[in-house]
Amino acid sequence: MLIFLAKRFVYLLFTMLVVSMLVFLVLELDPGNVAQKVLGPYSNDEQRRLWMEANGYLQPLPVRYAQWLGNFLTGDFGMSTRFKVPVADILLPRLANTAMLGLGVLIVMVPLALVLGVLAGMKEGSAQDRTISVFSIATTSIPEFASGVFLVAIFVLWLGVLPGVSNMSSGFDLSQMVLPVAALVMYGFGYITRMTRASMAEVMQTHYIRTAVLKGVPARQVIMKHALRNALIAPFTVIMLQINWLLSGVIVIEYLFAYKGFGSLLLEAALNKDIFVIEACTMVAVLVAVGTQTIADIGYMYLNPRIRFS
Amino acid sequence: MAASTELAEPVARRQSGLARTASAIALLRESPVGMIGAGIVLAWVLAAVFAPLLAPFDPNATILPFQRPGAVDPTTGKTFWLGSDKIGRDILSRIIYGGRRVLIYGPIATACAYAVGIVMGLAAGYFRGWWDAVLSRVSDIVLSFPIFVLYVIVISTFGASGLNIVLAIVFASAPGIMRIVRGLTLDLRNRDYVAAAQTRGESPLYIMFVEILPNARGPLIVDACLRLGYVTITIGTLGFLGLGLPPPDPDWGGMVNENRALAPAFPHMIVYPCLAISSLVLGLNLLADGLREISIRD
Repeated sequence: MLIFLAKRFVYLLFTMLVVSMLVFLVLELDPGNVAQKVLGPYSNDEQRRLWMEANGYLQPLPVRYAQWLGNFLTGDFGMSTRFKVPVADILLPRLANTAMLGLGVLIVMVPLALVLGVLAGMKEGSAQDRTISVFSIATTSIPEFASGVFLVAIFVLWLGVLPGVSNMSSGFDLSQMVLPVAALVMYGFGYITRMTRASMAEVMQTHYIRTAVLKGVPARQVIMKHALRNALIAPFTVIMLQINWLLSGVIVIEYLFAYKGFGSLLLEAALNKDIFVIEACTMVAVLVAVGTQTIADIGYMYLNPRIRFS
Repeated sequence: MAASTELAEPVARRQSGLARTASAIALLRESPVGMIGAGIVLAWVLAAVFAPLLAPFDPNATILPFQRPGAVDPTTGKTFWLGSDKIGRDILSRIIYGGRRVLIYGPIATACAYAVGIVMGLAAGYFRGWWDAVLSRVSDIVLSFPIFVLYVIVISTFGASGLNIVLAIVFASAPGIMRIVRGLTLDLRNRDYVAAAQTRGESPLYIMFVEILPNARGPLIVDACLRLGYVTITIGTLGFLGLGLPPPDPDWGGMVNENRALAPAFPHMIVYPCLAISSLVLGLNLLADGLREISIRD
């Protein structure tokens, strides 16, 4: 177990190092661009050169990367050229907002997807199964921005019951969370549903379920006591991996609803070549991705004693 | 639905391509869901091919802004069936031409990603050892990364051109394809016909592409269909984020982005492009589901 965790930790560090290098390389090949973004399109070459000199952009790329890496490791994420504040000051509140959004999505999506998946997988090929399957394919076919647009069209423009902008300008407002969460759930739950369905359908074919049915255990008890435990192992992994997908989804949804979170921060930083914010954001993304993957693996082994740490 | 056993049996060895396509279509007819999906996709393909005949207006011509669906253009007498956008372009015509873009770039990007992913997967699965270790590690890293974070960084840096979008999609999708192909290859490389080919002294290239790849096609076709749907979503989403193919040519995601601010007064400007992209992806996903259903039954 410890060896497994240590291996994962090394892998995490390695991935972060490789990704940070690639991001630096991609973004910093032409620092003149950065100067132009900061000083505006009407700045002249002399101003840009001075700005670059003042901010250390004239040093060679490896030197700048090493400097950044050293600062990053000691907890100094650099200054944001776009927001003119230290990166940590802007990143942390944004991350908290996105964590809230993500938590809301998981709270709604996971029970919904599991229940639908179990209902569909219980009787494979039944009308109930067909309906749920086609429904989950349909919602998964609608891109996040389109589900957002449809929800806005219905609940904001037509019924007028919910706000269409979620910038929380006057403090936290639960009603502003409804549509972003709903849009993300709509796109995301179908995949978990289908995985749960497949897993459930497989378990229902096993001998011990047939034995339970034949010896007269009530159907309800067969499902609840015998089938569910084994059927929910596979979806657990999928749910953890969905957190990775959420980081992509929030970029779109936060942009659409003007929600001040991690995704909109990253998008704005990328469009303005705000290198240190982008680096910090990608490091967070890698951390979340590898972290959830590790939790998924550990949880999988814990839930399924047949698999052992290796 | 009666399973057609005569078609599910191993088919006669040498069939012409046409006959095989015909039998594939006959199989698909047994899956109503798959048929609906195929119908939707076919409708969009036809709309894209015959766009000049179907579209009432030039998609980039500015005619009359802020027209609601059904309004009539007073100069030509033609109807804006789905209204016009904020600078007066006909939305129906833009949606029809926008389908062209998606249906050109989507399949190109998917095909390129498959070319790369198949080569990587065959090499990793057939040679194993170092090839496998290196290729698997590389794809683990790419796959562990939230993909849109990558798209946003890469495309905002290198600019939003068709080539860059295709390259970014290939970079992000090839590792997933590689994993599937690798898994299939690891299974197929132990079959007798591979051993026979090895004994005959065939080259590894011949074995990989002539013996193994054709036998792995079933799962790959289903995956390609799903992936094409996902690539369509990606292209639309990039357009929506303002990172899509450059204007003025119509792009479904871009149409939503351009007219977003006016949505409270003119919801039609953003709702119809969203319907367009959703229906195309739905068609592809239903088709994939139908194909999978058939492939499982065989």
